Amino acid sequence: MPRRTDISSVLVIGSGPIVIGQACEFDYSGTQACRVLRDEGLRVILVNSNPATIMTDPEFADATYIEPITTDVLTSIIAKERPDALLPTLGGQTALNAAIALDEAGVLEQYGVELIGANIEAIQRGEDREQFKKVVEVCGGESARSAIVHSLDEAKQAAVDLGYPVVVRPSFTMGGLGSGIAYTPADLERIAGAGLHYSPTTEVLLEESILGWKEYELELMRDKNDNVAVICSIENVDPVGVHTGDSVTVAPALTLTDREYQRLRDISIAVIREVGVDTGGCNIQFAVDPETGRVIVIEMNPRVSRSSALASKATGYPIAKIAAKVAIGYTLDEITNDITGTTSAAFEPTIDYVVVKVPRFAFEKFPAADDTLTTTMKSVGEAMALGRNFTEALGKALRSLDKAGASFHWDGVPASGDELDQLLTEIKRPTDRRLVQVQQALRGGASIEQVFDATKIDPWFLDQIQLMNEVAQRVAQAPALTRELLLEAKRNGLSDQHIATLQDIKGSRIAAETAVREVRRALGVRPVFKTVDTCAAEFDAKTPYHYSTYEQETEVAPREREAILILGSGPNRIGQGIEFDYSCVHAALALKDTYETVMVNCNPETVSTDYDTADRLYFEPLTFEDVLEVYEAELAAGPVKGVIVQLGGQTPLSLADRLDEAGIPILGTTPAAIDAAEDRAQFGRVLTEAGLPAPAYGTATTLGEAKTIAERIGYPVLVRPSYVLGGRGMEIVYSPEQLSDYVQRALGEAALSGGPLAPILIDRFLDDAMEIDVDVLFDGTDMYVGGIMEHIEEAGIHSGDSACVLPPVSLSDAEIERIVRSTRALAQGIGVHGLMNVQYALASDVLYVLEANPRASRTVPFVAKATGVPLAKAAALVMAGQTIAQLRENGVLPATGDGAMLGIDAPIAVKEAVLPFKRFRTEAGLAVDTVLGPEMRSTGEVMGFDVDFPTAFAKSQAAAFGGLPTTGRMFVSVADRDKRQIVFPIKRMAELGFEILATSGTAKVLRRAGITASEVRKHSQGPGENGEPTVVDLITRGDIDIVFNSPSGQGARADGYEIRAAVTAADKPIITTVQQLSAAVQAIEAVIAGPFTVTSIQEHAASTIGGVR
Amino acid sequence: MTSKVIDAPTFEGAALLVLEDGRTFSGRAYGARGTTLGEVVFNTGMTGYQETLTDPSYYQQIVVMTAPHIGNTGVNDEDPESLRMWVSGFVVRDPARKPSNWRAERSLDDELVAQGIVGISDIDTRALTRHLRERGTMRAGIFSGDALSANGYPRRVGELVEQVKAAPSMKGANLAHLVSTPHAYVIEPCGKFAGHEPLKTVVAVDLGIKSMTPQRLAERGIRVHVVPASATIDDVVALNPDGVFFSNGPGDPQASTHEVALLREVLDRGIPYFGICFGNQILGRALGFGTYKLRYGHRGINQPVKDMMTGKVEITSQNHGFAVDAPIGQESVAPHDGGRYGKVVVSHVGLNDNVVEGLECRDIPAFSVQYHPEAAAGPHDAAYLFDRFLTLMASGAPSAAGLSRAERVATKEN
Repeated sequence: MPRRTDISSVLVIGSGPIVIGQACEFDYSGTQACRVLRDEGLRVILVNSNPATIMTDPEFADATYIEPITTDVLTSIIAKERPDALLPTLGGQTALNAAIALDEAGVLEQYGVELIGANIEAIQRGEDREQFKKVVEVCGGESARSAIVHSLDEAKQAAVDLGYPVVVRPSFTMGGLGSGIAYTPADLERIAGAGLHYSPTTEVLLEESILGWKEYELELMRDKNDNVAVICSIENVDPVGVHTGDSVTVAPALTLTDREYQRLRDISIAVIREVGVDTGGCNIQFAVDPETGRVIVIEMNPRVSRSSALASKATGYPIAKIAAKVAIGYTLDEITNDITGTTSAAFEPTIDYVVVKVPRFAFEKFPAADDTLTTTMKSVGEAMALGRNFTEALGKALRSLDKAGASFHWDGVPASGDELDQLLTEIKRPTDRRLVQVQQALRGGASIEQVFDATKIDPWFLDQIQLMNEVAQRVAQAPALTRELLLEAKRNGLSDQHIATLQDIKGSRIAAETAVREVRRALGVRPVFKTVDTCAAEFDAKTPYHYSTYEQETEVAPREREAILILGSGPNRIGQGIEFDYSCVHAALALKDTYETVMVNCNPETVSTDYDTADRLYFEPLTFEDVLEVYEAELAAGPVKGVIVQLGGQTPLSLADRLDEAGIPILGTTPAAIDAAEDRAQFGRVLTEAGLPAPAYGTATTLGEAKTIAERIGYPVLVRPSYVLGGRGMEIVYSPEQLSDYVQRALGEAALSGGPLAPILIDRFLDDAMEIDVDVLFDGTDMYVGGIMEHIEEAGIHSGDSACVLPPVSLSDAEIERIVRSTRALAQGIGVHGLMNVQYALASDVLYVLEANPRASRTVPFVAKATGVPLAKAAALVMAGQTIAQLRENGVLPATGDGAMLGIDAPIAVKEAVLPFKRFRTEAGLAVDTVLGPEMRSTGEVMGFDVDFPTAFAKSQAAAFGGLPTTGRMFVSVADRDKRQIVFPIKRMAELGFEILATSGTAKVLRRAGITASEVRKHSQGPGENGEPTVVDLITRGDIDIVFNSPSGQGARADGYEIRAAVTAADKPIITTVQQLSAAVQAIEAVIAGPFTVTSIQEHAASTIGGVR
Repeated sequence: MTSKVIDAPTFEGAALLVLEDGRTFSGRAYGARGTTLGEVVFNTGMTGYQETLTDPSYYQQIVVMTAPHIGNTGVNDEDPESLRMWVSGFVVRDPARKPSNWRAERSLDDELVAQGIVGISDIDTRALTRHLRERGTMRAGIFSGDALSANGYPRRVGELVEQVKAAPSMKGANLAHLVSTPHAYVIEPCGKFAGHEPLKTVVAVDLGIKSMTPQRLAERGIRVHVVPASATIDDVVALNPDGVFFSNGPGDPQASTHEVALLREVLDRGIPYFGICFGNQILGRALGFGTYKLRYGHRGINQPVKDMMTGKVEITSQNHGFAVDAPIGQESVAPHDGGRYGKVVVSHVGLNDNVVEGLECRDIPAFSVQYHPEAAAGPHDAAYLFDRFLTLMASGAPSAAGLSRAERVATKEN
């Protein structure tokens, strides 16, 4: 029974920008789906607003719409493309919600579009709490006792009935947004209030608390013949109470007997049938009482989810791919298991290793945020590791996080006495630090029972952590390293660095690690590489998907072709996300024809870790030790040309020096050249030689020095610790007082005593400068400009958080010429061979170089999409030795011209950042501040693509957060320095029909300019005598539709904070810079002028440089 | 690397797994210390070690668990499938140090010691599995404790290999009578049928029966007389059964002359028959088909089987090293005695390797499956087969033909 023949075109909806709870796993699943559907000869129409995805590359669909995922836009696309079917289950909650909205609007019926993968009724049954409870009951399962409420009053009554604490879960939100645990009525008011708001159906579920229960998840697949298979079981190390996305999880489930596991399986299968997910995947979460084994069904997702991506990588069973196939009519037994190439997909994977996933958090970016882990997901990424046992996998997973303090350690004296008691108290509250605290508590002598009582982490896991402590102790006490001891240490997840520290080997960290490695190798303790094969070696595996472990037999196959290793970017984090994975995937695709491509990465969400992407996949931590072993294993298998480090962001780039020293060929820009760009002094020389100005700067090690330098440079200055990159801890400082404040906060009180500090970099901050980003490709002779982007926000906002436009809309040809010339000089001066990104600031007609990064940048995919040129592929080919001239000749790059010289009719692309503020709350329960600054905090991006800037910008806003209002009330409150500049845009807003509200000072300025503005009370004034509300009250009530608030004197962060927090909580657009304001006004005008027209990138291609060949 | 070992390791806690082809794996002693010999086979189940250890079909086999962590949930008194552990040896990667489960009563390690099961841990079980996959199952021995040395010197590996080779082979082994119950016993209807008159009476011939099997029948209202493998047709008929059941069990079906003869007597009398695993092979032989030894067998709880009547796939629990050689795809005449038992069809096929997984007679009321619908350990997808048996007995139909569809409708309504 082959696939359905009544479907010839399918609309696939992606998941939009990367946000917390919905990350690149949906690019992975969507890309797989698109591949499958196209291979089946179907016409694929794809909609996704996220340009950094692989799925939106032109070759993955017949018509790719990088457009906002809104009902209106989707309706236009459906009207234009007339697809036979819509597949909504592979684009996360976004796609599912979009499909429901289309159905409710009658669009699917009107155009005769069939939903495949799941029907509306099934989605409702799976997602609607009340309906789902009934399903569970019918299936013989049990749900937590609960009540559905639609108002706060109902919530309070229900909580009394259920008894505190109660779990609050809004309906139809993703990543647990708006959910939490209420211990008191006050908590309830806060959490349920927000939950009611976020739920599109204003519906919230309150449940009895099952905090501390064991938590499990099963991934299922079902076809139209009612064949059901459980693909993977996942056990959460963190018990119920922590969102599964924030939990350390392990596959397979490790602490259930077969009877208990089969009970979960039986319920799962009954539930998928009852819900009616006929053709596709779903996941079901369970809680199991550790005392009695009572099982409660928590929830199900009637779609491919984040866990599906994890389960696919954990088992080698490609859930999204199979889900797409069953959606178009195949049955599981008709589909071949890719990994074995002989057996069928109708089976349940069994694995002979342990998989551990650990979340990566970004609380350091939101210092005000409460870091307690709850049922609302807060992590921004994850790393996964495989080992032949739990300890090995856990050790590898923790070091994959690439984050200081995330790994277990045995430094200093173990905690005892009060310190231990303190630890035992702290671990009661789940945070991103808890696992290490647990390890330290056990190390300090706490019993497993004590730690279990505090955390409810299953004693089996605690014992395994204890085992790691015991092994570490044996290593520490050993007079010398023996083969047996090293084997034991490696088999239990200790890195060479751990061993070096434990053995207290003298010398630098690197020297000590090297010493351990040499001893280890001399004793023949080397990792082998096993294969992920879905079947525990029962059948031969055709797919080289490997992981390292310390065993007897390796499975790396010898090869003839020369290999190129591509190092990925590790877990997603703010500042290093999917954009880098995009470039790595492109390298694999570009080099596949000529080389054996070998991907090394540890992020389960990505396309790069799909075994279909590169010829060989090593799921390994991106540390020097692990990468070196992969390299040597591949070298033993055949010739290796070299390693690509410049596409995966800072993580692989930071390994360049050591890999180089170890004699491993680094392809593209040399490590020395990388240093030239990263080292301040060397870079200064490059600039001087090229005759390029950079903002004045200095390095201070005392407060006194800092003040002197700041005086010399002139305030405002940009300050940051010298040891971090990517905007961490960066601030703009306007006065000596703020400078002291910064030094005090950043480096602690001790610094004020006048002692030496860790160096602080102080740069001149260019007020009112325009920031420009340039991505180029350089082969040593020729330069190809990928694109020049003009930032919409002024310099000072991290480029990752700033909206930008390509081609630049306000740069003259002469300015562009100057930028190109300067960039070429830099590329030559640094010695770039591959990609380089340069950030410039244009102020008072001077073009300052802010920084130059000789690697793929965050903007590479955006540039590629906007210009229609596969920039990352071209970069990989240049690194492998091709010249730009050759690439122009063979059509990879345009024959003539480049991204600096786009035609007048070239489409305009606007990139807008998406920020996660509404995920975070302070400990007091308020939203965290939303002011943008030099530290990057966005999680993802969208692209607005159209023929003119206002429409493109409007689309970007619609895609990023649903769009700007076209009528209603605008509240304005600005810093003095901005008051003059807001007159024109606000006047225009008033003309467009917006009612303008302002605080007294701003209102006065507006009135003088002839703009009617009603005055509202400041938050600090409190409500008036007759109960006149403050602006915060109005915002909270939803009476304000858009807010413009530019913070005065950027350092004083409290100013306007309540306003911004209230807007964030009310989920309304807030604009914090003047530049953004004028763009917004233009966009609102464009929206008022009429609905968006939709154009696929394939259609746009005719007018992009990439299309003009 | 390990196959070059000449002397057995003798460090404290050492153990050595020796294969008949000379390959060795050095690890740590697990469970009881000493020597054990048997056919080494691998099981790919990630759960269910307790059920596996107590499954009589593993008699005289050394079982390798491919799942690395074994013993995590300890041992309880509810999950064993028989009164004792039957495996001759146990091979794992990482034994649990601390069992953790609300039902756990003691550790697996202690239980293995108590039951005298010699095991080995900390070896590359994946390498071993791959070896068995490529070379086929073979005889092996686990040596630990005193068995590693003789007269104060380490024993030579060559000598251990000879000892392994001297052990009996599974091919041609007649073992069912060694694991069968010595006395007949009765399992009364249970669950919602507890205390009720039985709906039907079944005689279950114990060739190595797992306790979940009569349980699954009893909870459908059936009284089950479990009788020894040595039972005669007179013993069976004396119980006046509505149906006869042959269980799973160890050994080579080719050597089971008595069982085949007994089954033919049953079939000749038109008594409805259902067989599982060994019971499938016995039906195959009774019908005149051959049986053969698989290279490395099917042992695990994720084995996909396709029901040829419905096209549906069920995920099954399996444990078999032998299979029936019958034509797949079309009805054929059972070869025995010129077609005395009429037409037969292969009702179920293993999706992984196209092995016969079920037989259905078209002219007599008999059917069987090679896998384990009682699961334990394993998924419950195939539990409907017990309903099918009940339907067959209740319908008085002259054959098992067409049962699958009717019964599928019936179970959906339940």
